[in-house]
Amino acid sequence: MGSLFTPLSWNDSGLILAGIWNTIVISVVAIVIGTILGLIIGFIRSESNKTVNLILSSLLDILRSVPLIIQLILFSTFVGAWGYPLEPFVAGSIILSLYTMAFMSEVFRSAFESVHSSMLTASRSLGLSYWQTVFYIRLPIGIRTVFPSWLGVALSVIKDSALVSVIGYMELLRTSDQLISRTQQPLEILLGVGLFYFLISYPLSLYGKHVERKMAL
Amino acid sequence: MINIQNVHKSFGDLEVLKGINLEVKKGEVLSIIGGSGSGKSTLLYCINAIEKINAGKITVDDIDVHDKATNQDKLRQKLGMVFQQWNSFPHLTVLENVALAPRIVKKMSKDEAIEIGEKELTHVGLGDKFDVYPTKMSGGQQQRLAIARALAMRPDYMLFDEITSALDPELVGEVLDTLRVLREDGMTMICVTHEIAFAREVSDNIAFFHEGIIEEMGSPDQVISNPQKETTQKFLSKVLS
Repeated sequence: MGSLFTPLSWNDSGLILAGIWNTIVISVVAIVIGTILGLIIGFIRSESNKTVNLILSSLLDILRSVPLIIQLILFSTFVGAWGYPLEPFVAGSIILSLYTMAFMSEVFRSAFESVHSSMLTASRSLGLSYWQTVFYIRLPIGIRTVFPSWLGVALSVIKDSALVSVIGYMELLRTSDQLISRTQQPLEILLGVGLFYFLISYPLSLYGKHVERKMAL
Repeated sequence: MINIQNVHKSFGDLEVLKGINLEVKKGEVLSIIGGSGSGKSTLLYCINAIEKINAGKITVDDIDVHDKATNQDKLRQKLGMVFQQWNSFPHLTVLENVALAPRIVKKMSKDEAIEIGEKELTHVGLGDKFDVYPTKMSGGQQQRLAIARALAMRPDYMLFDEITSALDPELVGEVLDTLRVLREDGMTMICVTHEIAFAREVSDNIAFFHEGIIEEMGSPDQVISNPQKETTQKFLSKVLS
């Protein structure tokens, strides 16, 4: 009897690799943009008065508290409805980057605040300007302090990127979803996908521990 | 020459400097002694433009420190400062700590900055520590590093803010020895200190601060051996006992 379903085969490897690639691309985009924006906002927060901080933290709280999946659906639906339909990759990158930024800004705020003001005074007394002190003293010392937290956020972004599948981006999870409906082999496929995320995250966290030891102050 | 004219400084309602007049000529060593809260450290911070002043005037080589037109980053290159807390930059090696400011502030080449760094570190007795990270060193060594770091900018004046106060007693000697070397070199220095014996030994002048004013000033013989004011006598008997 002929089956409606075709089992998983080597012919699917191209599709799977494309899914893996897309997962990596959107994760890297979100981590890079989220880190840059988070660094800027974290710096502004560490240097600002209470009012500015209150406004910024309320906005960031929204990004942090509303589940990512809802943000993705809301954003891509509404932007589309306003007449600007976005590619799933673009919409996903924007939301995932902003979501990452919200967490990264906290990481970098504590990075900047971890450097004691007497260290900054010592730097200024050598003739370094405000910005030279930021780039040569505050940032490098602060980053070493918060590197483990930064890595933690980055790793969770890789895993959270799976949610971008809901707006149609063909990353690994959505690819495997399609393969599952064709092959009816959910166990093998989902185990494989899970293994992939593990294989990415675990070495990175080991590497992170190694870097952390090397950078320890 | 550092010239301080009728300087007033308040933190909120608290007036910590109530009209200070001082002059330090090139090559002189001035020590400032006095109880905590007497305003002696604050004065150093004002000379270095780390703190603003409320009234009066401070000039360094005829440059008005607190004038809006003064480039304070540039001014600070004339004034080396060492603090109670040594504040080594923990992410840099000892040599990098010293070479950093010459490189990025004075835009020296890497080789020049390293040469100066090695020279100054050797000068303070850290010639064998170039590639060590400062957190691996004792407080006394880190404080000598801080001195070398300030000297590498080739300052005309050195300001020392209680630089031995946070050190274990057995480490104080090596840091004071370094100051004696600077004294021999003819460096102009203002030392805020609790080391009365040391102040008597190296200073040309000693100023005794009390509640924001200079209560007594003169040669070590005058101020420490024959204090005229009762507050000075009380203070000295407390710290010397």
